[in-house]
Amino acid sequence: MNIILVLLICMALAGLWAVMTSLLLRAAIALALTSAILTIIMFRLGAPLAGVFELSVCAGLISVVFISVISLTHRLPLQEYLKRRQSRISRFIFLPFILLAAVIIIFFIHKPILVTLPAMGTITEVRSVMWDVRRLDLFGQIMVLLAGVYGVLILFKGRQ
Amino acid sequence: MVIDFSQFFWLFFTFVVLILIEGLYCILVTYNLMRVLIGLEILIKAVTLLIIVGGYLSGQMALAQTLVITVIVIEVVVVMVAAGIVLGFYREYDSLNVRNARNMKG
Repeated sequence: MNIILVLLICMALAGLWAVMTSLLLRAAIALALTSAILTIIMFRLGAPLAGVFELSVCAGLISVVFISVISLTHRLPLQEYLKRRQSRISRFIFLPFILLAAVIIIFFIHKPILVTLPAMGTITEVRSVMWDVRRLDLFGQIMVLLAGVYGVLILFKGRQ
Repeated sequence: MVIDFSQFFWLFFTFVVLILIEGLYCILVTYNLMRVLIGLEILIKAVTLLIIVGGYLSGQMALAQTLVITVIVIEVVVVMVAAGIVLGFYREYDSLNVRNARNMKG
């Protein structure tokens, strides 16, 4: 439980870093760190397959996409950067206070949660659930992937 | 069989809410299109964590993992297309400032 608590605190801090940092590259790295910590939490809770997906896709592929997009943009002049940084600080200064207020509110509203465990016949094999119970989701995923490929093709066709 | 999971649930719920607020605040306050995408990613991370915790508490981890895989696939497609749109926007306006979108046709 203590390890989970430390991991959750690290994840929230990494997310806060991703939001508050003024450099986009650092924000992308912080996002990858958030994904990596989420992966460790998934492994600790007994979800290795989802953890592997999270690590390879979210911490890997999406970070590469973000860094590629950032590298295709140019740097701001120093004067402009300092000006925007000052503006950012004034906009994001309230976030830690809002987070603190949220923690206090949750502390006051929390009530006991009673959970009924599932019956003995529940399927515990991921492959069985994926291929037998949630088969329609796979069709949805394929459709979304094809739509994404089509969208990217349309975008790059428009560039020529 | 009924079990009291109060401490475990509220611990995770608190952090899920905190991460949701971080992502939402990032989307609401920023003017940079890349930061909007990063805020969206953080929101999806919170939802993923909530699904896993739900699966852990209800004892249906297989179903939760399947749902998380579906979420990740959709997340990748959304980020790919959004990154393409951001790049197109940057080439058109030479800036990632979302306020330039006011000059768009339509």
